[in-house]
Amino acid sequence: MAIGLTHYLGLAAAVFLVGMVGFVIRRNTIVMLMCVELMLAAANLTFAAFSRELGNEAGHVFVLMNFAVAAAEVAIGLAILVEIYRRRRSVDADELTTLME
Amino acid sequence: MLEMSLRWIVFIPLLGAAFIGVLNRRLPGRLAGWLACATVGLSFLLAVQAVLRLAGLPPAERVVTDTVGRWLVFGSLQLDIGFWLDPLSAVMILVVTGVGLLIHIYSLGYMAPDTGLPRFFAYMNLFIFAMLLLVLGENLPLLFVGWEGVGLCSYLLISFWFGEDANATAGRKAFITNRVGDFGALLALFLIGATLLPVLRPGLGVFSFGVLQQHAHLLAPVATAVALLLFLGVAGKSAQIPLYIWLPDAMAGPTPVSALIHAATMVTAGVYLMARLSFLFVLSPAAMAVVAGVGIATALFAATIALAQTDIKKVLAYSTVSQLGYMVAACGVGAFAAAVFHLMTHAFFKALLFLGAGSVIHAMHHEQDLRVMGGLRRKLPVTWATMLIGTVAIAGVPPLAGFVSKDEILFEAFLAAHGGFPWLWFVGFLAAGLTAFYMMRLLVLAFLGENRASAEVRAHIGESPATMTVPLVILAVLAVGGGWIGWPHGLGGGAWLQEWLAPVLAGPAGHGHASATLERGLAVVSTLIALAGLSLGYLVYARRPQLAAWGRGWLRGLPHRLLSRKYFVDELYAAAIYRPLQRAADVVCFRWLDRGLIDGLLVSGAAVAALFAGSVLRLLQNGLVRFYAWVFALGVTVFTVYLTLQG
Repeated sequence: MAIGLTHYLGLAAAVFLVGMVGFVIRRNTIVMLMCVELMLAAANLTFAAFSRELGNEAGHVFVLMNFAVAAAEVAIGLAILVEIYRRRRSVDADELTTLME
Repeated sequence: MLEMSLRWIVFIPLLGAAFIGVLNRRLPGRLAGWLACATVGLSFLLAVQAVLRLAGLPPAERVVTDTVGRWLVFGSLQLDIGFWLDPLSAVMILVVTGVGLLIHIYSLGYMAPDTGLPRFFAYMNLFIFAMLLLVLGENLPLLFVGWEGVGLCSYLLISFWFGEDANATAGRKAFITNRVGDFGALLALFLIGATLLPVLRPGLGVFSFGVLQQHAHLLAPVATAVALLLFLGVAGKSAQIPLYIWLPDAMAGPTPVSALIHAATMVTAGVYLMARLSFLFVLSPAAMAVVAGVGIATALFAATIALAQTDIKKVLAYSTVSQLGYMVAACGVGAFAAAVFHLMTHAFFKALLFLGAGSVIHAMHHEQDLRVMGGLRRKLPVTWATMLIGTVAIAGVPPLAGFVSKDEILFEAFLAAHGGFPWLWFVGFLAAGLTAFYMMRLLVLAFLGENRASAEVRAHIGESPATMTVPLVILAVLAVGGGWIGWPHGLGGGAWLQEWLAPVLAGPAGHGHASATLERGLAVVSTLIALAGLSLGYLVYARRPQLAAWGRGWLRGLPHRLLSRKYFVDELYAAAIYRPLQRAADVVCFRWLDRGLIDGLLVSGAAVAALFAGSVLRLLQNGLVRFYAWVFALGVTVFTVYLTLQG
């Protein structure tokens, strides 16, 4: 059985779902950040799969760009989390409800 | 028909009003006053010149026109802005600009201490403009514009001292009462248009007086309705029963305004309208009977009220209503020339009386109550002399102006008595006697006896300045000699005014069937009743004050209260019209519409809806990132599924 577009897309959907569910059900902000990375990875996989299928190089360019964006996002996100931890001694998402006000 | 420029007669006062009104307080008060006098004076000179040109034409061709431009074209209706000078409007413009000029000059003195002088003179000039538009307009709609314009100026000037609530209320009362009449006049215009427009050649100025007069016979089927609707307008403007109630209250305005607008000119607009459309009124004997009846009833009714008024201006106001009743009654019996004649002489002596009263009020430091006056004869010699002339003139003693014109009306009423109005002349004679009586009462209470004012006021009483006394003297001369131009043939006069007006007025031209003996006899009777009224008034109020006290005591109960409270007509209107309307407005408009619908449902409703929506939506904003993410994911899923199913 040859490995084709459907397989790539199925894998990407599975990874995205894991990331999404993880983001929603976990309370640890660091884990939630990792889940976001999972979703981004799934998106990258979809880009790459279509790029290869359609023979359009633009998809690869987007993948590379997404790496850069994801790296920046993680860097900033972790920095914020470290700062939050220093102030609150906790990274539980359900305790960070200042957005409500 | 002659073409010449008439427009500047009308437009110069308008320019004056615009100039003074725009600059307003930037203009020194005295300068504004002199400017206003100058525009009216210029207008008067132009009017005299135009009338002289008119008089130079043969009697049958005495019409001067001036078309300024096209006003509007609407379907087959076409209206011009144009002016129309014929013998009738000639009399009117001379009275309006002449008496208007004298009263403008008088105002310079009377209004001098007022801070709102430019505003006053701007309104006065605007009034002169509107009145001239009314009498010179060549078609009915243009006349109606002037008609509304004078109503507006009347309102503005009655409420001139708007700081006091009573003045503002009086202004509103005048305006609203006039609106009731104007409604009738407007309906009459519509009816004329609806009748004539379909049958006349398109493009013919249907409302032009010349065209109307030519095609009057086409209006015969609707003549009664048109005449009665017009008469509603006349009753509003010329203060006839049942719409006279605004005029006595209009005395809240400055006294020169009462003299100019509410005695000499504006209130006679109704009489002018009837004379102008005399060819239409004579088509309907029924309407004429109503006009005559209402007029003579007003004359008597108002004269009785004037007997018991204590405010000097209120006496004169009811006297004006009464005299207007005479003019209207004259129109009703077809004596349009006599009505216009009385209009003119009344403008002279009533303006004189009002200005004299103004001089008294000025001297008494704005005291208008006759009960605290008295003994002013020596302090105000010029005012006393001119007021005496005015009183004798209005009472109808020969050879003064009031006698000639009033006698003319009474004589015509007597002739009409054979035509089905047997009570007209009798009621007219009665009202003439009452007029002489209450005018003498006013004169005695104000000028004779001892002064009853406080010592402080008494010390400062002095004759008015020349700007006020000179117009008084000129008007007094006119009140003495003004009747000369209309002295009837039967009494050995030339009746020039009647002949001058004959080409434009419908109705019996002269009265060939009446003998001069009859006319002389009636003149003697009317002179006797005037003298009787005057001497009775003098006897009761000057010689035998106990008689007046006895009269008041004897009439203590109902009769005196009935008169001093003006037959409770204001109260009746309040109970029958004003209060029900106010209650209905309160319930329907205020409680239901304003409070209920707009305030309750729309304004408060919107607030409640927003509050409720907020209380539901705020549950969504709980600050939990995971909840937001969950909703977001759900939304994306739903959206994706939707797109998939669509695709």
